[in-house]
Amino acid sequence: MTPRRTQGPAWLRELRRRPAGIFGSIVIILLVASAVVSSFWTPVDPFYADPFHPWLGPSLAHLLGTDAVGKDIFSYLFLGSRTTLLVAAGSSVVATVVGIALAALGALTGRWLRETIAVIVDILIAFPVLLIAVMLTAVLGPSLVNVVIAVGIGFGVNIARVSRGEIRRVARTDYVLAARAAGVGPWRNLVDHIFPNIAPVFIVQLSLAAGVAILSEAGLSFLGYGADPGTASWGRMLHDLQNYITLYPLTAVWPGVAIGLTVLGFNLFGDALREATDPRLLAGSDGPMDRRSSRRRRKAATP
Amino acid sequence: MSLEISDLTIRFGERVVVDAVSFSVAPGERFGIIGESGSGKSLTTLAIPGLLPERATWTGSVRLDGVELLGLAEKELARIRGRRIGSVFQDPQTALNPMRTIGNQLVEPLLLHGIVGRRDHDERARQAVRLASLVKLPDPSRIVERYPHQLSGGQRQRVGIGIALAASPSVLLADEPTTALDVTIQAGILELFNDLVSESGTALVFVTHDLGVLAQVADSVLVLANGRAVERGTVAGILDHPQHEVTAGLVAAARLTSFDARIPLGGGDPADRRAEPAAEGGLS
Repeated sequence: MTPRRTQGPAWLRELRRRPAGIFGSIVIILLVASAVVSSFWTPVDPFYADPFHPWLGPSLAHLLGTDAVGKDIFSYLFLGSRTTLLVAAGSSVVATVVGIALAALGALTGRWLRETIAVIVDILIAFPVLLIAVMLTAVLGPSLVNVVIAVGIGFGVNIARVSRGEIRRVARTDYVLAARAAGVGPWRNLVDHIFPNIAPVFIVQLSLAAGVAILSEAGLSFLGYGADPGTASWGRMLHDLQNYITLYPLTAVWPGVAIGLTVLGFNLFGDALREATDPRLLAGSDGPMDRRSSRRRRKAATP
Repeated sequence: MSLEISDLTIRFGERVVVDAVSFSVAPGERFGIIGESGSGKSLTTLAIPGLLPERATWTGSVRLDGVELLGLAEKELARIRGRRIGSVFQDPQTALNPMRTIGNQLVEPLLLHGIVGRRDHDERARQAVRLASLVKLPDPSRIVERYPHQLSGGQRQRVGIGIALAASPSVLLADEPTTALDVTIQAGILELFNDLVSESGTALVFVTHDLGVLAQVADSVLVLANGRAVERGTVAGILDHPQHEVTAGLVAAARLTSFDARIPLGGGDPADRRAEPAAEGGLS
């Protein structure tokens, strides 16, 4: 019955109870699946141009038709999911590392270091994420890695700033003092008592970061600062198709819909995960234990 | 002599908030500290396990079984807190971590001080249930899986007491542990303190502003006013012959709220024991 062992399934169960959680999970699973599959197989070579068959309509051979140079839109879109996933995951990892490191330093260290970090964070926040990305690519050349670094740092300082306030709020609570009174040292207190209580805010920030990362990559690639021509990317796709949007509007809709749904999926997933991991937000007055046992009872009743 | 405080002085900058307070508490003794708000009673108790706010400075001495605690490194103090000195806090609504289960929080001192292994899940579960029943929580084996927001105030304070006593400390500090509770729940908590202290032989330091409450859990008492010890003696002696005007005021206040402050020791209203589980419907 140890609480820790029931924790994992508990939040997963809660996630499945929420429409937002289901939708977000499906989007993310689809994204991951198509990123993996498209790395090995696509219906048609996404970079194969067939100049004799441009602007084909949707058919069995070309599920979403072809573009101006006769490339298969579906295969390109399929492969583009890999870029999107890499950017979203990479940026989230960088943002988490930067955010947690800055927030922890800002919460635990002496006054001078703390204040210095706060000032640096505030200065960095003044620069829009996209601007940092454009500056970085201007110096280092366009590449996905630069997008990931720029968005990661840009959102990392955002997370650091939000978490700093949260950490300070939580660090002042009675239960953190009570934990110290029980013999908890500063680091364990941070990991066991403070982080779990800022996790809800953190999760939402992270899902926003993933969404913004996807949008930034799309926007930068659209502007020609992101993915290089050899990389399939939804933003680059929009860029290529925009000139013909009045003639063949449907073709530009696909990458647009893909980007929109993915960002929405990440955001809704974050919201649902926040609710599912916070025991105080669980629906019903009886909480998870009772729900689980009633679930068990239902299962027992229907063999 | 288990706990000895001598000439404890606490300052915030230039301001002296606790002024040369001395007292000692023997094992098994039930010691009360009473005073109005701002008298320095809470800071005095926080100073014992070294939990004063960062901006406070202090002089004097706090000895536990002859070992000086004031000025010890945080790491050393962490080894003593929870193991040798347990603390119960005022507000049970905020003193428990909302994200962790009751059982998890009850056994935490045991894990921290290496009494139970972190991976020993069966022993952890056993200890959690043992502690939950020690503080007389209803349905211990189920309540350990719940979260703080699913418990009533009185139940949460019982959890707080369970945490404080988990590692069998030799000193139990309680800072206004019943102030945030309904009067009907108070009596049950006070009775629990009495039962546990007499069973375990731990020294109790009970802080309150309410002499009526103190009369139920303490034998000897120290009266603080503006950071100074103004009077000390037995609870009965102070009730009958208050020497200081602050004490007289506290006695008068106690008579106002509880009609007769000298509620028999260890009494407690038996109605409370029935009332509290009933107030929490979902468990049984």
